[in-house]
Amino acid sequence: MSTLIKHPTRILFFTGKGGVGKTSAACATAIGLADTGQRVLLVSTDPASNLDEVLGVELGAAPTAIPNVPGLSALNIDPEQAARTYREHVVGPYRGVLPTAAIASMEEQLSGACTVEIAAFDEFSKLLGDPAVTAAFDHVIFDTAPTGHTLRLLELPAAWTSFIDDNVGGTSCLGPLAGLAAQKALYAASNDALRDASQTTLVLVARPDRSSLAEAERTRGELAQLGVANVRLILNGVFQARDRGDAIAVAMEARGHVALAALPPGLRAVERIDVPLLPFGLVGIAALRAMGTLGGSAGVLVPESATDAFRGQRLEEIVDELAKRGKGVVMTMGKGGVGKTTVAARIAGELARRGFAVTLTTTDPAAHVAQAARDLGEHASQLRVTRIDPELESRRYTDEVLATAGRGLDAQGRALLEEDLRSPCTAEIAVFRAFAETVAEGEDRFVVIDTAPTGHTLLLLDAAESYHREVLRKPSGSPEAVQRLLPRLRDPSFTHILLVTLPEATPIHEAMQLERDLARADIKPFAWVVNQSLTPLTVTDPVLRTRRAHEATHLRELVGHAARIVLEPWSDSVSLHDWHASTLTPVVRATSAHA
Amino acid sequence: MTAVRVFDPSMCCSTGICGPSVDPALVRFAADLAWLKAQGVTVERFNLSQQPAAFAEDAAVKAALEARGEASLPLVKVNDEVKSSGGFPSREELSAWVGLASGSDAEVKPTSKRCCGESRADKPGCC
Repeated sequence: MSTLIKHPTRILFFTGKGGVGKTSAACATAIGLADTGQRVLLVSTDPASNLDEVLGVELGAAPTAIPNVPGLSALNIDPEQAARTYREHVVGPYRGVLPTAAIASMEEQLSGACTVEIAAFDEFSKLLGDPAVTAAFDHVIFDTAPTGHTLRLLELPAAWTSFIDDNVGGTSCLGPLAGLAAQKALYAASNDALRDASQTTLVLVARPDRSSLAEAERTRGELAQLGVANVRLILNGVFQARDRGDAIAVAMEARGHVALAALPPGLRAVERIDVPLLPFGLVGIAALRAMGTLGGSAGVLVPESATDAFRGQRLEEIVDELAKRGKGVVMTMGKGGVGKTTVAARIAGELARRGFAVTLTTTDPAAHVAQAARDLGEHASQLRVTRIDPELESRRYTDEVLATAGRGLDAQGRALLEEDLRSPCTAEIAVFRAFAETVAEGEDRFVVIDTAPTGHTLLLLDAAESYHREVLRKPSGSPEAVQRLLPRLRDPSFTHILLVTLPEATPIHEAMQLERDLARADIKPFAWVVNQSLTPLTVTDPVLRTRRAHEATHLRELVGHAARIVLEPWSDSVSLHDWHASTLTPVVRATSAHA
Repeated sequence: MTAVRVFDPSMCCSTGICGPSVDPALVRFAADLAWLKAQGVTVERFNLSQQPAAFAEDAAVKAALEARGEASLPLVKVNDEVKSSGGFPSREELSAWVGLASGSDAEVKPTSKRCCGESRADKPGCC
């Protein structure tokens, strides 16, 4: 029985841009190891985990044994649940001791986005830094969140350790996690475990296309800087056309060759495992086991159905509708890697081409919107490309607070304020404010927002909800943009949300989950965009025909579910490397004065 | 030895910079306490959501909470005497209570506004 990763260390991290097959690769590796008799714990730290669906088992915060795979257990670090547990841990002992109002106040204080993020991090640290917790397992495999978030998680032990060290005031803004200072030893252990090549392997998962590989290289570089050097590369979905008469198949294969020929030097030095494009979706134990054996015996081809007549709308039709509004916010949302950036850039480009003033911006920590800005020729001046950069926003917010609330303070008071501003919470609030200000720009132009992957987006929206309640109570203190954020997001004539997905089970189900979450916040998506679909195309290659047949099944789920469904054909011309960055200079939002 | 003990409402941090809006009065109060500390006065600050034990163990604070809820916070005690409740004292007041001359011209008007807002049913918390 082969496994994807040779000589696996005790701890394995899988990372990569969303949608590259990170969860599948982690599961396939876990199943492969369990099949060789190892005891394996598989952990998802993704706020939008789909481990349950992929394994076909309902998971919780404690290890659950996976039926049909002896030796394998899995758990989800659910950030909301972790926050609830943390909150109860803090508040519980005081029920009946302190007055009810005081208890309610404590609970409210410990229910924001920062608590959620940090509580999840704390759970993660326990698994990583405390060997006793995972003593029952030979291997612990983390199916981590998409890249930007993963890196933030991985950086946290270092950032926080130094924050706790430097925090001379002692009472300063560790936010709701002040109690965690006591966990310093645990964080240090997590940090060490991450950097120890004999303990930890980092597996980069990428698709054989240039943007995915560029992302993997970026991650590799950042991890190398963090001292994580034991790295492997899984190239997922390597495709060889079996039918040379199939133009799509040949183009798909060629795209892979082009990307591999341009493999960044840093990645060339990394041990690589190629996994072929499989003709089936990677849901269920059998499919995952087949992936672990590189396709192995599971090349089961299903017959094409004759009923896949669904055609959907074209993106241009949606742009026509948007253009009638003349201004407003367009947000692309969905699982990472489904092509949100591409769709956002195309819509922004189309609107600019029609003569509208357009801002294209992103909140994704791992974004390359500038790379995705299409050559607009004479219309280039209509399009402004901006980015919400957490570091820069934090600095901007810090400067603003020092200039306003910090005015007139003596040196000592200023030092205290500066110390509080170094808190990990500052970035969260700064990004949130920047997001609100970007949305506000939609009052007099089009603003196309390529949002962060699902989990992070949800945290932002959750923050919007919380802040909305906060500002309703105290309207004088907050910026206008923050006060009006949620009403704007809820206004269907102002905000148009496009749920972007691939014609595959997991991205569709995640987008449906996102749609339900949005509904709870009284926000209704404008349209669905199914990206990279083979359905509108003619394919003859056996693998592609089978994939196309699978698509029909998934699309049937959507028909009747959404008012507008855009079906975007697979195309090698929409991949990011065909966008020209040369004509547009990315301006970071904070410095993008209306020039 | 003089000891100042401040019992804050639930808030994310001592200066409130992680809330949706920063209250300059709270920032100044934090600075005043730092100044007081630099003058050799023992200053302890307790946050309801982070150090609830301090609130539960102090009879006067617990009584104030029971009578007026979170509106009684911040509550300032100098040694064992409650000096103020439900607002931020100025640097002058703090100086006078501990027997120091005021060391700065920073004026702070007592106010009930603070980092994460006052007690109410739907308060989300700033962090």
